[in-house]
Amino acid sequence: MPNIRFRLNGVETDLDADPETSLLAILRGPLGLTGPHFGCGAGECGACNVLVDDRAVTACDTPLWSVANKDVITIEGLGNAQKPHPLQRAFIAEQALQCGYCVSGILISAAALLNRNPSPSNAEIRAALDRNLCRCGSHNRMVRAISRAAAEMRKS
Amino acid sequence: MTEKTPSTQKLPASLAANPKLSSWVRFSSDGHVAVSPGKVEIGQGIVTALAQIAADELDVDIARVRMVRASTAGSPNEGVTSGSLSVQQSGRAIRQACADIRQVFLFAAAERLGVGPEVLEISDGTISGPGNVSTSYFELADEVSLDRDASGGAQPKPSARRMVTGHSVQRLDIPDKVFGERRFIQDSTWPGMLHGRVLRSELSHAALVELREDGARKLPGLVAIVRDGNFAGVVSETEVDAELALAALRKGAKWTSREALPDETGLAEWLKAQPSELSVIASKTASTQQARARTLRRQYTRPYITHGSIAPSCAIAQWNGDRVLVWTHSQGVYFLRADLALVLKIPLENITVEHMEGAGCYGHNAADDVALDAVLLAKAADGRPVRVQWSRADEMSHAPFGAAMTIEIEADLDAAGEIIDWRHSVWSNGHTARPGRANLPALLAASELANPFPRYIATNPAQANGGGADRNSIPLYDFPSWQIECHRLTTMPIRTSALRTLGGQANVFAIESFLDELAAERGEDAVAFRLRHLSDPRAQDVIRAVAKRAGWKGEKRDGIGYGLGFARYKNTGAYCAAIAEIESTEDISVRRLTIAVDVGEAINPDGVINQIEGGAIQATSWVLKERVRFDRERISSNSWSQYPILRFSEVPEVDVEVISRPEIEPVGAGEAAHGPVTAAIANAVFDALGLRIRNLPITRERLIAAMELAS
Repeated sequence: MPNIRFRLNGVETDLDADPETSLLAILRGPLGLTGPHFGCGAGECGACNVLVDDRAVTACDTPLWSVANKDVITIEGLGNAQKPHPLQRAFIAEQALQCGYCVSGILISAAALLNRNPSPSNAEIRAALDRNLCRCGSHNRMVRAISRAAAEMRKS
Repeated sequence: MTEKTPSTQKLPASLAANPKLSSWVRFSSDGHVAVSPGKVEIGQGIVTALAQIAADELDVDIARVRMVRASTAGSPNEGVTSGSLSVQQSGRAIRQACADIRQVFLFAAAERLGVGPEVLEISDGTISGPGNVSTSYFELADEVSLDRDASGGAQPKPSARRMVTGHSVQRLDIPDKVFGERRFIQDSTWPGMLHGRVLRSELSHAALVELREDGARKLPGLVAIVRDGNFAGVVSETEVDAELALAALRKGAKWTSREALPDETGLAEWLKAQPSELSVIASKTASTQQARARTLRRQYTRPYITHGSIAPSCAIAQWNGDRVLVWTHSQGVYFLRADLALVLKIPLENITVEHMEGAGCYGHNAADDVALDAVLLAKAADGRPVRVQWSRADEMSHAPFGAAMTIEIEADLDAAGEIIDWRHSVWSNGHTARPGRANLPALLAASELANPFPRYIATNPAQANGGGADRNSIPLYDFPSWQIECHRLTTMPIRTSALRTLGGQANVFAIESFLDELAAERGEDAVAFRLRHLSDPRAQDVIRAVAKRAGWKGEKRDGIGYGLGFARYKNTGAYCAAIAEIESTEDISVRRLTIAVDVGEAINPDGVINQIEGGAIQATSWVLKERVRFDRERISSNSWSQYPILRFSEVPEVDVEVISRPEIEPVGAGEAAHGPVTAAIANAVFDALGLRIRNLPITRERLIAAMELAS
């Protein structure tokens, strides 16, 4: 018997799972969505960020029960090669990463920011990404890419 | 071909070691060319740069190039992907191999088309001649065998005729990464795959004195509990099952500590007091003796630094009888295989090691360790693949660290304050304990088994290969005499191995800080002082370029400081000069880094800029924040809250100028900026506050301590 229901990337999803399990473990395990990455398991690096009702949350320390009846969007739901999100296009255009392990979480934080603030300043972008860690030092390119995507989204 | 022809003497080293052309390049009749380097992608964009070189030399569109992941099953053995050598080593080999291959195909096409090879042209793989005759690499693929050795006979194109290299192209791996495709080893799954976890104590050098398994045995999904001496772990059906089983096993474990860690507060003195091996790195005596008026001595230190990969290390292993297949993000598949064979006591040919991308590693992290963990746990999996991933805490406490260093420099000055003798001494653990180099395995679990291997003590690469703790310790400046020495510790209570730049960052910090001090004392401009002591025009050019670009020493403003740092990485690699602009309020914040770099030929200029920016930002993080913390029993900085790194709001602007020299052999960019940026920040702190901070990191506590000392 399914005990949890939520919308995942726009699709109603029913699950029978221990409600205390982390959302990240469920996404990467039974649901097979490996775009959100495990980085620390303690909500300290943001590599696992997903959107829950349009807010960026760390899926590694979010219990499954807390997303019941909510909208969950992962990097896979943001866009894909056939239908890229403006943020994804901008990250390619700006070559805004090195290793890219943190990038799915960063794109999610950026998407949450642009949802609530379509014209963020550079300082606002940096503040919105302050809970995401990047070790390669691609920060400035990412900020540029997010500005670029914001400009594109305002035009369309 | 067994006989050595004279021309093979000229082959690039990687190609001479792996001369068979088919091990590098294969054409397929469907219009693709597979290029197979021995170097691996670690987020530095190397695979794209190598694809550019191949596309250029073969005259094919880069879209036709398929880059093959390194595997001991057939890739050329190019050792380890490290030291900013990949463009230099793999790039030269691929360039020469492709030039030879192009010539082989030109001759084959000439024969088929009945024309001379000199009238043929190649465009996107199509080989055509007068009168509309044509064929292609792909058409000829089946009849031209590349199972022949490189001759080195074909001349690669001159720089002016290269169309792809020298231009910024989009990296091949980036689309997958922004779409969340399964590109990382952490995301790959195999049919029947199980999940393993290794039980490691928070204590360093712990002995497992008791292990009750009953709690873990009761859990669903448990496949096996593995115990071999101090090595213990679980294998379960799912990752969640494995985590729960590990937690239960941890409750039943008792550990004791077998070796004390040093006192963190007295690290500089501790390093100097340890048993060590002394090497004289360089020595130079002045032709004429000058009168010494005085001697200045300064000491600089750097703490242990963690690699801090955003992904915990991960590997997958699968046994089939007495053969094992390993997927790894190791930087050296052949070296890892050698160490696995030592531990498992099986022949090399029974082990296949295949690379898959992981997150950036910045040196030797736990990638190799976790591969052995997976191999050991997979023995209990009855032929099913086992994926093992470390925890964040294990990654930050049991993986090797970049070594702590104490550096002492003495300068003898004449009556005019000119440097007449320079003495530089380094005390540090060795900077590399990578696998595959010795008859002793360097993998963590090897020292934990019931029949353990002795712990591998880190060593230093020879100065001819760039050196280790002594990297960049020989000044590039024209001092009349010097003595450079390195003391390598022969004990290693805190595990060290390669971290970006090895000793280079700290040595450049020390040299450039001291020079800045000597210049300031003479009242001489830091740029002019350096230029006056440098005779290498490429060195002078990067310093002049950065000074111009940054508007060196503009208006003096309160609380703002400017500082300069310069080095040529390894004294043989990229030239890099950096100017830091900092603001000192309560903390030091780095506002802007201006950098000029000369890597010779820049294969992918935007890739070079990306690497320099990244190195500069990482170095800023090291300088302002990073220090591995420990007590006498354990590494305590085992989470991001205990080991903070630079965040988005703290990241400086970085402005990079690449000095283009297409006619000069390319060198790597990944480690060029760390030393110069470190020194530039420290010198800017002096400019702003009048304080010389000689112990990294430059934190608020260090500033307060320095102010108290100064007052």
